[in-house]
Amino acid sequence: MIKSFQRHPWALNTMLLGVILIAVLLSAKFGQVDLTVAQVLDGAFGAADKAESIIVRELRLPRIILAIMAGASLGYTGAALQGLLRNPLADPGVIGVSATASLGAVIAIYMGLTALHPLALPVTAMAGALVATVILMVLASRDASVLTLILAGIGISSLATAAMSLVMNFTPNAITVQEMVMWMLGSLENRTFGDLMLAGPFIVLGWLMMIGVGQGLNALSLGEEAASTLGIDLKALRWRVILGTAFSVGATVSICGAVGFVGLVVPHIVRAFVGFEPRRILLPSALCGAAVMVLADILTRLPIGHGQLRLGVVMAMIGAPVFLYIVFKTRESMR
Amino acid sequence: MNAQNSRSLEVHGLSVSLGGSEILDRVSFDVRAGQVVGLIGPNGAGKSTAIRAILDIVKAHSGVISVDGQDVGVLAPRERAKRLAYVPQGAPVHWPLTAERIVALGRTPHLNPWQELGAHDRAVVREVMETTDCWSMRDRIVTTLSGGERSRVLLARAMAVQAPYLLADEPTASLDPLHQLQVMEIMRSIAATGVGVLIVVHDLSHALRYCDQLVLLTGGKVLASGTPDDVLTDGNLEAAFGVKVSRWSEGGEQFLAPHKAKAAS
Repeated sequence: MIKSFQRHPWALNTMLLGVILIAVLLSAKFGQVDLTVAQVLDGAFGAADKAESIIVRELRLPRIILAIMAGASLGYTGAALQGLLRNPLADPGVIGVSATASLGAVIAIYMGLTALHPLALPVTAMAGALVATVILMVLASRDASVLTLILAGIGISSLATAAMSLVMNFTPNAITVQEMVMWMLGSLENRTFGDLMLAGPFIVLGWLMMIGVGQGLNALSLGEEAASTLGIDLKALRWRVILGTAFSVGATVSICGAVGFVGLVVPHIVRAFVGFEPRRILLPSALCGAAVMVLADILTRLPIGHGQLRLGVVMAMIGAPVFLYIVFKTRESMR
Repeated sequence: MNAQNSRSLEVHGLSVSLGGSEILDRVSFDVRAGQVVGLIGPNGAGKSTAIRAILDIVKAHSGVISVDGQDVGVLAPRERAKRLAYVPQGAPVHWPLTAERIVALGRTPHLNPWQELGAHDRAVVREVMETTDCWSMRDRIVTTLSGGERSRVLLARAMAVQAPYLLADEPTASLDPLHQLQVMEIMRSIAATGVGVLIVVHDLSHALRYCDQLVLLTGGKVLASGTPDDVLTDGNLEAAFGVKVSRWSEGGEQFLAPHKAKAAS
């Protein structure tokens, strides 16, 4: 199977686009009010004043678009970071923006900003992500090595996690703490076009920074010295992948919480189809991430969870076993 | 790749300091098109550093490096990559890729970031893999190859750049005697196509038999340079390595084996 997908790189992408399309239709269909496919299509493309069209366009569409953007960001940046670090265990969280975005959100909940304006929380979370991004930018501009950037990321993460614990420690009531924990478990519930307008531009900016990094990541398979003698500007490559990740993942976490496992697991799923070449897994990882995110978001709405099931929990419950299975299957080739 | 002998890689007054100590001190030499030039010298003499400074992997604090009359310092990374191919020492391969994909990475300087390999690139990949005798292992995962097979794949990767100059840092390290000879013969055949080859060599017999010119480095300075006969004198070898040598010839080829200076005296 790997061979045929490697020979026709577009086959997998086309298949994943098909999965996304089906997932989008299902996502528009299920919710507090279940719609038929005809109602979904009528709501999306028909007259604007019907109840279906309000449900589909106002409630479900922003949620679907955010799920696609978030999943694509996490999948792509996971694949790009694993290529940059030449480490299959790298995850977008490794550079620290997810933790500082979460810290921003926790502070917003602590200070009661969520009651002031619905976008107060994502704005504070994005401010948190920006702090980590600025620290990384300062380091990257001084030609820091990848190892330095990652160690800085770990330091930033630890500090942000410690600060989060501190804030929760001083939170006077249990309900607020519960609100913090629930936010951290991740969700796309009740997200609006306002959220999309806030995070969308940063996510797209991150994507734009990372366009065309595949060639450099491929060359890095031979190590940094060999890559530089193949004409790759390593400083620019590091800068683009790290900051591209900071922008797109920082904005993603601000909107839907720290959803784990997508960035780690999706590139591994894709490798099972197209092999290990870093460039070949980038686009399929974005598409697979988007598909997985939309599907997981549907699962959070199923009756079994009584509407309480969180996105990050669903993702971890599915992602961890899949990850173990892949590790088991590929243990030979990873030697 | 033409064989005009006027073309050359020129290193002039190259000095490099790393961590406060001077590794290379005003080193100068030429690599002419079509020649195999060997860099020899004891451990820590600065051989690898010289190659890495030419490639701009380490920064030289003074000196001029020019390729066919053009200053390398002003070339964009991609243009430099098209002119100078590099075989690093003990090069890592970080993902389980096939040998053919690894060799194809040598085409990187010729492709823009979105471009896939074209028919010409694939033909080049096949040609260099046939030259290095590794086409039959093209579909094998490079991490499963033996040390010798892997060295040949990585040599083919550098050859796939089709640069007018090839720089190799101990390409025979960790190879068995037969594969060492094969690699040295490949170096000669590459030079025969008009490529200038600069290699770090540890085996003095190889230096004697396969190189047109030698540069003997000690303590970051050029102790001697010229033809193997001029450089590999008893006096130079004792001064540089602290060894005596026995010499003999067999079947028209010269051989040279070092032994401890003390034991010989």
